[in-house]
Amino acid sequence: MKSKKQNAANLVELIADLNEEEALRIVKQKLDAGEDAIEILEMSRDALTIVGERFKNGEYFIPELVMAGEIFRKISELVKPKIKKAEIKRLGKVVIGTVQHDIHDLGKDIVKFMLEINGFEVHDLGVDVPPEKFVEAIKKIKPQVVGLSGLLTLAFESMKKTVEAIEKAGLRSKVKIMIGGAQVDEYILKYVGADAYGKNAMEAVELCKKWIGGGK
Amino acid sequence: MKKSPEESYQERIGRIYDAIQLKVPDRVPIYLGFGYFAAKYVGMSVEEAFYDLNKWFLANKKTIMEFKPDMYEGPDFKSGLVMEILGSKIVRWPGHGVSSSHTFQFVEGEYMKADEYDAFLDDPSDYIIRTYLPRVCKTLEPLKNLPPLWLFLYQDTPTALFAVFGNAEISAVLESLLKAGREAKKWVAAGEAFDKEMAELGFPTVGRTLAMAPFDVISAFFRGIRGSMLDIYRQPDKLLEAIEKITQWMIDATVATAKKSKIPRVLIPLHRGSDEFMSPKHFETFYWPSLKKLISGLVNAGLTPFIWFEGTYTTRLEYLTELPKGKVIGFFEKTDMIKAKEILGDIMCIGGGMPVSLLQVGTPQQIRKYAKKLIDKVGEGGGFVMSAGSALDEANPQLLKIWVDFTKQYGKYKR
Repeated sequence: MKSKKQNAANLVELIADLNEEEALRIVKQKLDAGEDAIEILEMSRDALTIVGERFKNGEYFIPELVMAGEIFRKISELVKPKIKKAEIKRLGKVVIGTVQHDIHDLGKDIVKFMLEINGFEVHDLGVDVPPEKFVEAIKKIKPQVVGLSGLLTLAFESMKKTVEAIEKAGLRSKVKIMIGGAQVDEYILKYVGADAYGKNAMEAVELCKKWIGGGK
Repeated sequence: MKKSPEESYQERIGRIYDAIQLKVPDRVPIYLGFGYFAAKYVGMSVEEAFYDLNKWFLANKKTIMEFKPDMYEGPDFKSGLVMEILGSKIVRWPGHGVSSSHTFQFVEGEYMKADEYDAFLDDPSDYIIRTYLPRVCKTLEPLKNLPPLWLFLYQDTPTALFAVFGNAEISAVLESLLKAGREAKKWVAAGEAFDKEMAELGFPTVGRTLAMAPFDVISAFFRGIRGSMLDIYRQPDKLLEAIEKITQWMIDATVATAKKSKIPRVLIPLHRGSDEFMSPKHFETFYWPSLKKLISGLVNAGLTPFIWFEGTYTTRLEYLTELPKGKVIGFFEKTDMIKAKEILGDIMCIGGGMPVSLLQVGTPQQIRKYAKKLIDKVGEGGGFVMSAGSALDEANPQLLKIWVDFTKQYGKYKR
């Protein structure tokens, strides 16, 4: 019989390799054997960290992130009823949303997912979020970082307006602002007046680590 | 001596085809896809562009006559009323779910469920009419209550069979289709009339025939991005089966549409095959073979594909060398243009590469510098068409003019 440790390594690997059926089978087996639910959840998180690394290294792409998210969701569903209160240590808070007039959520959702598996508490305001909603959220949640997402070129104007609204509310010095989206580049960054832009979800994670800590 | 419109037309289209055939034209041709730029340019709302056919027509005429591209793409003649009548859920258009001053946007969803591949593959037309359309158009919901379409085989009982069209809810659908159809016809006719008038004024269009990569069809319209990405892992065989089926339909339908239009060009905007979306292995399996087959099918039918490689294709350039030489044009958005020229220079005409961000918020100096770099490096030896990396909806008119004028002036080839 395999040792417990080997078994754990095995589960982490199965999830990281996106072997859905086998991973879920082992989770059920562990739960039936009365193993600690929190431990299983932690193993799943370890696996997601590996997924994040592979994404960063260009081994994994969007299908892999979506799949890993699905497996994690299913495991959480199995495990959560057995956990009384999950105490999760978080590195910091990020408020994120797709800016006004843009209803695309894919880029935002991937960034959110990558931030979460890297230990950040993410507050997602959804899509088509007006500047005042960002301001409100910053006041209430007090994040260290605000992420503005947008796919279309019309989002640039909304990003600029959002940064201006944050400035006007006297909150600009309290947060770092990052922007992202398929068409965002250094010209847009300058125009919008944010602190940085990310070309992909990993760059968003690196920015948050740099600003909040938890990085290299 | 002033050129006649006919001469200007020939000169412009000649430039584009020289570039496509990898020859050196008199100067770098310029290709503009304005999107809904013309609305803002003449001071109408984008919402009006979906409702006021004549105003929209004139706005675009003015825009094209002022910027004078060698070839133009669009403008879309999309009717807001048609979408209203159909209760379209898959699109939000200005004033109807998105701001009245910006373009329309798609609402992706899992309109085909994960376990419906078999239904789709076994009887696609039935699936589309009784399952898909009722989901994407509110007005068409009652179609789900039609009997299976194969039942209409039993022609000896027409009275019983066709009574279903007399049901109040189905009758209402048919009436809506009639209304939507009549309105749609006007807008389609306007698009054709527009291109005809512009041709008479000396301006060639790329045409209005559209094709899509088979994977994109599934991903954008049927399964949604998440659904299609999960299918890659959970049911790759079904996904491939659907892709294969769609590929042949796409070739047949596109060739028929292009032939009818008498314009031998096809636009193919690509969405989900870029470096950002999937691994090279998945690209090789789910995206490229069917796309390549589609492109070759169109080329073999005598058509010229104008392919928009959205996103970044820098790691995919080697695949593109498999395409027929001198028969297609590839527009790039974020791809490394120098590398594209290096790898594809002998294979296909290259376009795009001008960042829309610059044309929106840049300075004249930045724009000239960027355009100069493109002309010098990618334009060298011909086979290059100047174009923005994506649609110009939000471009700044002054900056656009500077870019176009600079290209026409600086882009002259020395003979």
